[in-house]
Amino acid sequence: MATNIRRPDAETRRAMLRSMLRVRMVEEEIVERYGEQEMRCPTHITIGQEAPPVGVSAHLRQSDYVFSAHRSHGHYLAKNADLPAMIAELYGKATGCALGKGGSQHLVDLDAGFMGSAPILASTISVGVGVAWAAKRRGEDRVVVIYFGDGATEEGAFHEAINFAGVNRLPVVFVCENNLYSVHTPLEIRQPNRAIHHLATVHGMEGEGGDGNDVEDVWRIAGDAVERARADGGPSLIEFATYRWKEHCGPLEDVHLGYRDQAEFDSWVEKCPIVNYERRLTDEGVVDTAAVADMRTGIADEIEAAFSFAKESPFPEPDALARFVYPEPRAGAAE
Amino acid sequence: MSERLITYKDALREAQASCLASDPEVYLIGLGVPGPTGIFGTTSGLAEEFGEDRVLDMPASEGGMTGVVLGTAVSGMRPVMVHMRVDFAVLSMETLVNQAAKWHYMYGGKMRAPLTVRMIIGRGWGQGPQHSQSLQAWFAHVPGLKVVMPATARDAKGMLIAAVEDDAPVIVIEHRWLYAIQGDVPEEHFTEPLDGAKVLREGKDVTLAGYSYMALECMRAAEMLEKVGINAEVIDLRTLTPVDGDTIAASIGKTGRFIAADTAHSDFGATAEVVSVAVERAFDSLRKAPVRVGLPYIPTPTTPALADLYYPRAVDIARAAVELCDSDAVIDDPPPETPWRDVPDPTFTGPY
Repeated sequence: MATNIRRPDAETRRAMLRSMLRVRMVEEEIVERYGEQEMRCPTHITIGQEAPPVGVSAHLRQSDYVFSAHRSHGHYLAKNADLPAMIAELYGKATGCALGKGGSQHLVDLDAGFMGSAPILASTISVGVGVAWAAKRRGEDRVVVIYFGDGATEEGAFHEAINFAGVNRLPVVFVCENNLYSVHTPLEIRQPNRAIHHLATVHGMEGEGGDGNDVEDVWRIAGDAVERARADGGPSLIEFATYRWKEHCGPLEDVHLGYRDQAEFDSWVEKCPIVNYERRLTDEGVVDTAAVADMRTGIADEIEAAFSFAKESPFPEPDALARFVYPEPRAGAAE
Repeated sequence: MSERLITYKDALREAQASCLASDPEVYLIGLGVPGPTGIFGTTSGLAEEFGEDRVLDMPASEGGMTGVVLGTAVSGMRPVMVHMRVDFAVLSMETLVNQAAKWHYMYGGKMRAPLTVRMIIGRGWGQGPQHSQSLQAWFAHVPGLKVVMPATARDAKGMLIAAVEDDAPVIVIEHRWLYAIQGDVPEEHFTEPLDGAKVLREGKDVTLAGYSYMALECMRAAEMLEKVGINAEVIDLRTLTPVDGDTIAASIGKTGRFIAADTAHSDFGATAEVVSVAVERAFDSLRKAPVRVGLPYIPTPTTPALADLYYPRAVDIARAAVELCDSDAVIDDPPPETPWRDVPDPTFTGPY
């Protein structure tokens, strides 16, 4: 393994801080405005889980592909997918990334290599493997990253998909964001006491676990996995310990429900991936207060513009309802 | 005897509590069943009352776990498995279709699979293509599975208890928009039959027959029709296996006009079977071709702008009835109580 990728350079570190801040601030704006009842779709907020998508995406090219599940906003944004189109999708507008038909649970941006997201557990994992298989068969230089949560690793489809990726040495990075709960059900009553990334070995691939609150730990582990996939070295299963700060679906906090306690919640907030990274980069002289303030201002302007775009965009016309049930003929196909 | 009004949701909870109390072989299992929100309140408090070994959570493994649950059922236990959304139950299709439905038959009656599976359907608040489907017809197509859709609080309790006590696998499909609807429900342990439709309202001009939430919409449509002088009979179809041809034929014998409404796509759906039965059983009484009210053959759109056009409502049933009765009456659309018609009542502020 090349030693020069073990530590990000200053520019990458600043970019990762900014990218995490951007995901956080977008989510905070959604939380702020969800109560207005104009974003009328199930929405899974990713606050607290910003480091894995940012640390992974730092190694990805536009031509690489990403698949996601229900909590997808961070994966989408970190892959440089279109922010105004995402917000418009949440508002159900014709300018949304899925023309309003998908909502928060079905984001897509093919130009950015964000290939889709779906809320049924593990359902995009095998599809992502198929896309990687096609890329390998066609000799394309492409890495496929598939994000999922701890719950998805309990589905049969997950094991079937990673087995196939393992036996065919496909260029996939399986990224498990382990946030300890499937909705409200804790991990310890769903899985035996072993690390999820240890499943890699039995499916013939490399596996590693890391700190999902430390974007540089994510960056290091993901760098190895992406480089391995790009060099035809086969798939990897990497796992990051992380924590969802908001309720499973919706903008509120939910510690009062009692399925997780305040002390646990506080201990994870204490490990905030953004606050701690900003402090670290400040201490090491990589950013200063003014630079971070500039980041925040720039991001806030971008978010304001995205929400204005979404709110001002039209809803789909009634004739959009029946469009795309089946594909229309391709342009020129009739000639 | 005085009325005892409780919600559909509480009726489901009572049914499960009553089964847990009356039979030690009964247990509940599903993701979130003992959790803090208790499957939209239908299992709240049951783990505390009956113990964590009888009210169980599970891994996110719908396929494999359905087999595990089937194994306990053929061992003589009476499991109630719960899927918060029918879309997740799709992951258990192999076990339900190839195994649970057939074990009694293909092993010559030697084993029974007294398994109950609760599946929740719904609509609204942008639940979209993968969180709002109505797949009842899939299950009803498989001999060996019983499929019921209680529409009232009384049936919610009585049919769920009957499902648990039945020796066949029973799929109980519950519509989320019925959960807050109240009805008169006995406090004691009782059953309602898993077969047979019920006439909810007598009438002479047109028959409106609906499943689940659409039975309620048929009642609302009947009220609209009453105001324009059309006297509708309303049938709660209740069960898909089998479709109750006697009740349907008797009603068409009176009215000569028939509308069937379902929460699902009309194409290849339950109303396709219902209308077939109506035609086979009451052809001579039908004065016009039967009409179906259901979802268009389109996946659910998420945006409320399209979802509002997608879902049929009481007014659509009423207008279909007006046309069927060759009336020129005009049925006004009731003014919306919310900006979009994607919530069960104005108190709902999302998300699901």
